[in-house]
Amino acid sequence: MTMNNLFGYKERDTWLNHTTGTAKLVGFLAISTMGMISYDTRFLLALGVLAIALMKMAQIKYHEYALMLKLVLVFAVINLVMVTVLAPQYGTQLYGTHHALFGSGYWTITQEQVFYEFNLLLKYLFSLPLAIILLFTTNPSEFAAGLNKIGVPYKIAYSFAITLRYIPDVQSDYHTISLAQQARGYEISKKASLLARSKGAVQIILPLVFTSLDRIETISQAMELRRFGREKKRSWYQEQAFSKRDILVFVGSIGVIVIGVGLLIVNGGRLYNPFQ
Amino acid sequence: MNTKKKSQGFSVRSVVATGIGAAVFFVLMKFIAIPTGIPNTTINLAEGWLALIAGLFGPVVGLLVGFIGHTLNDAVTYGSPWWSWVIADGIFGLLLGLGKKYLALEYGNLSTKKLIQFNIWQAISNVIVWFIIAPIGDILIYKEAAQKVFLQGAVTAVVNTVSVAIIGSLLLVAYVKSRPKKNSLRNE
Amino acid sequence: MPAPIIDFQHVTFKYHAQAEPTLHDVSFQIYPGEKVLIAGASGSGKTTLLRLLNGLIPQAYAGDITGKLTLNGKNIVEQTLFDLSLQAGTVLQDSDAQFVGLTVAEDIAFALENDNQSVSHIKAEVSKWANRFGLGERLNLAPQALSGGQKQRTAMAGVLVDDGKLLLFDEPLASLDPAAGVVAMEMIDKLQTERDLTVVIIEHRIEEVLSAHVDRVIVMADGRIVANGTPTEMIQSGILPENGLDEPLYVKLLRRAHVDIASLANVADVKQVVVDENKAAIEQLKIPVKKGLHHTKKLVIENVDFSYDKKQRLFKQFSTVIHQGEVLGIVGKNGSGKTTLSHLLTGFLMPDSGDILLDGKSVLQQSIKERADNIGYVLQNPNHMITKATVFEEVASGLILRHVPTDEVEARTRAVLKLIDLDSMRHWPISALSFGQKKRLTIAAVLVLSPQILILDEPTAGQDATHTGELLDFLATINKQENTTIIIITHDMHLLANFVERALVVVDGQLLADTTPAELLADEKLVTAASLRTTSIYQLANRLGISNPEELNAAIVHGQV
Ligand SMILES: Nc1ncnc2c1ncn2[C@@H]1O[C@H](COP(=O)(O)OP(=O)(O)OP(=O)(O)O)[C@@H](O)[C@H]1O
Ligand SMILES: Nc1ncnc2c1ncn2[C@@H]1O[C@H](COP(=O)(O)OP(=O)(O)OP(=O)(O)O)[C@@H](O)[C@H]1O
Ligand SMILES: [Mg+2]
Ligand SMILES: [Mg+2]
Repeated sequence: MTMNNLFGYKERDTWLNHTTGTAKLVGFLAISTMGMISYDTRFLLALGVLAIALMKMAQIKYHEYALMLKLVLVFAVINLVMVTVLAPQYGTQLYGTHHALFGSGYWTITQEQVFYEFNLLLKYLFSLPLAIILLFTTNPSEFAAGLNKIGVPYKIAYSFAITLRYIPDVQSDYHTISLAQQARGYEISKKASLLARSKGAVQIILPLVFTSLDRIETISQAMELRRFGREKKRSWYQEQAFSKRDILVFVGSIGVIVIGVGLLIVNGGRLYNPFQ
Repeated sequence: MNTKKKSQGFSVRSVVATGIGAAVFFVLMKFIAIPTGIPNTTINLAEGWLALIAGLFGPVVGLLVGFIGHTLNDAVTYGSPWWSWVIADGIFGLLLGLGKKYLALEYGNLSTKKLIQFNIWQAISNVIVWFIIAPIGDILIYKEAAQKVFLQGAVTAVVNTVSVAIIGSLLLVAYVKSRPKKNSLRNE
Repeated sequence: MPAPIIDFQHVTFKYHAQAEPTLHDVSFQIYPGEKVLIAGASGSGKTTLLRLLNGLIPQAYAGDITGKLTLNGKNIVEQTLFDLSLQAGTVLQDSDAQFVGLTVAEDIAFALENDNQSVSHIKAEVSKWANRFGLGERLNLAPQALSGGQKQRTAMAGVLVDDGKLLLFDEPLASLDPAAGVVAMEMIDKLQTERDLTVVIIEHRIEEVLSAHVDRVIVMADGRIVANGTPTEMIQSGILPENGLDEPLYVKLLRRAHVDIASLANVADVKQVVVDENKAAIEQLKIPVKKGLHHTKKLVIENVDFSYDKKQRLFKQFSTVIHQGEVLGIVGKNGSGKTTLSHLLTGFLMPDSGDILLDGKSVLQQSIKERADNIGYVLQNPNHMITKATVFEEVASGLILRHVPTDEVEARTRAVLKLIDLDSMRHWPISALSFGQKKRLTIAAVLVLSPQILILDEPTAGQDATHTGELLDFLATINKQENTTIIIITHDMHLLANFVERALVVVDGQLLADTTPAELLADEKLVTAASLRTTSIYQLANRLGISNPEELNAAIVHGQV
């Protein structure tokens, strides 16, 4: 591992890679928030198509995000099943009409229900490509600078940088500690009772907890010794100047927001209702 | 104590506690869980850690650790964060952080009474967060069906209360035991 | 004489949690342009002294200070950490924790970013300093991808961007291989002369620091300054061994040859010390090197392949035999696979192919816990092993888990604690121990289980000579009495030269040599290839034209005194 690679960031030569983290972050937040609010199927479909097109442009390969996609699909299916079982009439309630498809009584499945769940599925899915683009094309170091630029106080932005910096260390610490503790004789076998097992697990994570608390002390000392927190503002080595590309991303994001808000007004609410 | 140190705003220690706290939260949430024997139900170590960090560093750190940790976990697992639950986890950290002054963990005492009160408070917080805030967020933000989200919320509230009761309490006790008391260290 | 840059007058300091002061009536001055070594036994208060210098006491560690302490003529206690950091740059002991940036470049830039300097200026400074430290090609690497020496250099660059005139180092060599240690010391030396810096170094590896022209040595014991003078004065007076510190090996040898150290000119520099007339006396000390004393195969490693990622194979067809009752040393440069090898033996990692046999039977099917019943393993980082709140509980826990009767637990635990000099602190919370004390504690926790094979990863890191000596005595005893096989992974040339019977040199996953330490250290090519360093005995022998220096080395081997 040569880079801090938690998110699968890869250097590639595409315009999305060259766009600043700040612009991509703004774009992601704008589009995903708008998509979260809107229940307009046409809008969501359009956003989905846009997101997939962007992902193609970023040259991200299927195998890189296959696992994520599968997890999201499993998550989506579980949720849709739960909705169908627990609230089969929710679609009718939302859209105010009743077009039965099949089933009867509590289990009547309506067109409204199917349509609602289709919208829900779109919502679970549409932002995945956007998130993947953001994660796979942005150098992790740029995130903190980007957050600070869009108005997050620099101390909080820096906490986020520390999180990214130390996750690999915490992971490898945990791994070593757990092995060392097993060698000392701690068992986490399935036979033990719940309390005994939790106690065993805590024995294993205790060194991780103490190491991490120690780390907090040493790192804050190291940071104070290099004057973190002295000024009201902080510059960022990774800060990038905005270029035309970035302006275009901003303009595009505003465009999406305008269309989204426009549809909210036209539809008289968040729902697009084809049944009336 | 020195007063100069308490400079304006968020202290450096809090910044680092937030960063490391979220890193550990993320690792515990994503990679480590103890199976309970009931299918698909695990004891969540991350919430116990959140309880300790919030108890030590207060509500702001608690809020940010829950928020950042959960956001990252969602981002890495599902691509994008599920905001209503992210916010809920943040508020959970905030509520637990409110107990910082009362628990006074750094000064190394934790009576049984305090431990019980901590557990009552965490149970209340869990209910507020997972049975009220998260489902309402799901309904408002995602227009999910109420029946479904409240059931999910209820299950999560119970599981997390048990998790924090076990893991959180064990961590608090272990932490306090590891703190030297004032003027207490002498060779014997 | 110019005004001192650091001036301590009767400083006493007590940590809040302590009942007694840790520093007592400490007075000393350091003048601009000096290079000062602070030496002292583990727990003697060196790090505490440094914390007073850089302001971490009282701002991060609360306690009671009396006396007068000034930096550049101004009272330290009244200044903020920020003000102090512009005058004195600190390189902390743990270069991992010090590395706060996501990449090398960001870490070097950190202080300048915090001063809110312009990005173009920061970039220029970073590239200047990175090139100075040979990091120019590695600006975009994460700390996880760097060797110990590279992290250390990043830490130095990150402090030097400040242009402060005073540099404080807490054990800069602790985790570096000997060659990297020399490079680091040369770097410090060069910077100091070029930029007229004042440098304060805390270090246990005295021989290596002295070889880089130190102006003064301050020796601490139990929180007091017991000596303060030039290196020559220190060695002539023999104060180092009196305080549990290692003298350079050639000085030990000269003492064995009954050379009158107290009046010897230039005794602090092996390249200049005048001992030609003592050549005969020195040569007489030679002892033939013993080798191949053990023949029962205990652990056999057969054609092991191993890789962390599929692209690069670390071990390729690695084979060796470890004999029963042997004291084996594994050496090699940073990142060459020593720790990985021990993880393969303990079952923390599984080989991709090949076999590992214990007493003729494969152990690959055994769980970590089963292997641990035979192979005791002390990890490099003590924090990874400590699970309990107090010292006693930590050592006892392994016995309790193995259902040893309570009174036996008490007896065995206390016995081991006495041995490593922590019995008087047995009820202390572990968080109050110094690094060296923690390391000894983890060794005790494994020793108490009396394993047949003991693997120690860097057991002497951060230890002083007395504690190392006591530990080695104990290891020698169990090695003789119980025929325990001892495997030591180390960068410590003293340990290698004085204790180990057989040395394996591992470089980049290859077994480069399997020989005696004495012969290894006499072979200059091998020494360079393994990033080791010959000890001063070899340098002395070279100067005096004494052949077979390994036989001289054998004269001061541990246990022969
Ligand atoms: N934060 C602390 N609280 C209480 N006691 C402490 C603290 N830090 C150090 N001490 C105690 O002060 C003494 C001196 O510790 P210090 O770390 O200065 O030693 P040292 O000379 O640097 O040792 P080493 O070579 O092992 O690093 C030790 O006995 C230790 O227990
Ligand atoms: N968990 C890991 N994943 C991937 N690579 C690793 C891992 N641990 C170590 N390595 C790599 O394997 C190589 C050998 O590392 P190892 O820790 O065994 O070296 P070492 O000889 O013990 O070094 P040191 O003297 O610095 O302790 C190094 O290049 C290191 O970067
Ligand atoms: Mg120290
Ligand atoms: Mg190692």
